[in-house]
Amino acid sequence: MAKKTTSRAYLARYFKRCITGPISLLQGLSVTLRYFFNPRKIVTEQYPENRKTLKMHSRFRGSLELIEDENGENVCTACGICERACPNASINILATKNIAGKRVLGRYLYRLGTCTLCSLCVESCPFGAIRMNQKFELSSTDPKDFDLILNQKEGR
Amino acid sequence: MIPSIPHPLGNLIRSVVPYPELAFAINAVIAIIGICAVAFGSAIVLVYMERKVCAHVQCRLGPMRLGFHGTFQTVADTLKLLFKEVYAPGGADKFIFYLAPMIILTSPFLCLCMIPFDYNLQVMESPVAIPLIIAVNGFGILGILLGGWASNNKYSLLGALRGGAQMISYEISFALLLLFIVMMSGSASLQEVTASQAGNILDWWIFKVPVIGFLAFIMFLVSSTAELNRAPFDIAEAEQELTGGYHTEYNGTAFAMFYLAEYINLVTTSALAVVCFLGGYLPPLIGIPVIDSAFSLVPGFIWFALKVFFMIWVYMMIRWTFVRPRIDQLMDLEWKFLLPVNLLLIAAGAVFISFGWIL
Ligand code: SF4
Ligand code: SF4
Repeated sequence: MAKKTTSRAYLARYFKRCITGPISLLQGLSVTLRYFFNPRKIVTEQYPENRKTLKMHSRFRGSLELIEDENGENVCTACGICERACPNASINILATKNIAGKRVLGRYLYRLGTCTLCSLCVESCPFGAIRMNQKFELSSTDPKDFDLILNQKEGR
Repeated sequence: MIPSIPHPLGNLIRSVVPYPELAFAINAVIAIIGICAVAFGSAIVLVYMERKVCAHVQCRLGPMRLGFHGTFQTVADTLKLLFKEVYAPGGADKFIFYLAPMIILTSPFLCLCMIPFDYNLQVMESPVAIPLIIAVNGFGILGILLGGWASNNKYSLLGALRGGAQMISYEISFALLLLFIVMMSGSASLQEVTASQAGNILDWWIFKVPVIGFLAFIMFLVSSTAELNRAPFDIAEAEQELTGGYHTEYNGTAFAMFYLAEYINLVTTSALAVVCFLGGYLPPLIGIPVIDSAFSLVPGFIWFALKVFFMIWVYMMIRWTFVRPRIDQLMDLEWKFLLPVNLLLIAAGAVFISFGWIL
């Protein structure tokens, strides 16, 4: 049951709304007018035309990549935490042993096809060895394109 | 007596054609063609304009691909609509189903006939134009109700009933505000209403009656938006709840007719606002002789078109800014706020007239 209001309270609310209502409407209108007269605020990208100059936001999650320096070295220790963190089992760390007998990264297998780009692997890596890149034109007609080996070199 | 408005083209035909009846018929055909051109042309332009305004309000670009900045987008959409198959849902009352879009189209065309685009550019000059427009506007409700009823769809019916309730309620404020203008200008003919605002910009009814003229204009905006069934008062359509309301079941040409009626209504209502409050086809003289003489050189119908487009832009900004009230809030607004204020306004108007407080 609705709460009972006295007619006094009702009238007070009525007149208050007669004043606050138009003010809030004008506030809304000022926002849209500002957008209307400011073409610089437009966020639409004319995608195929501006492909050369298009820059994605830094937090955009394209596909997974291993952070490598100019020599192709990475800091992955093949600990497998990212493999466990992945909810879709899109990552497989194939470890190997180096000459000293230490466990190092052999192949970093990444299946883009099943990845949901959730970035949990990046969050979980204790060494900051992986990141999401800015590529978004990922589609392909060949399923083999979605099974990637991310590292160029075996770890040392 | 054969009614005639002195216009160069009409006079030429009247002087060339021997029989006055025949000349009248030819002039009538020209007028019909002219009205149709204005109606269809403006609908196409307005759909494009609406998309662009809406896009820019929402930080988007709107149609950009077809032609320069998407100019041909609406033409393409219209063609697509016209080539679609027209069919009625099963169980629909076919006759009324197809009758409704035609009924809904009559009222905007009739209103368009009475609008004075210039001092000699008007299809029908009537001494009772404003009551006639109020009466003719009621036709739109009939179209909506019939369309929703005949569709055999509960959403359509709900939308139609809501739309009917809304439009009938707001019709009252709409009519009262027009009568306010009739009271001020002392005439119900749109030509004379325009003529009563001659002079500079302060002689327009929105400024001429101090404060309450502006109030009346704002209230006219509100009640006419509701009359037009446009957001924020698009209760009859209410896409979120009713999947399009009374025209849910319409497609192809029949749907295009509803759409067309909506946009011609937008034009006529804006034109009415311009005639009643913004000086019609009169140039906006501001009191500086050089500018005024330059402004006076521009033909009246260009001023009229500019003002109408300004009004349409205002309606569009309103549509894309404000949120929609619920149906009960909408009714509250009309019966508990607009109507009492309206009656007070008319009483105040009478006081203003009797004390001569009009500028
Ligand atoms: S982004 Fe998510 S789904 Fe993709 S590999 Fe990383 S954890 Fe798995
Ligand atoms: S990427 Fe990071 S979490 Fe994954 S195996 Fe290498 S070091 Fe461990």
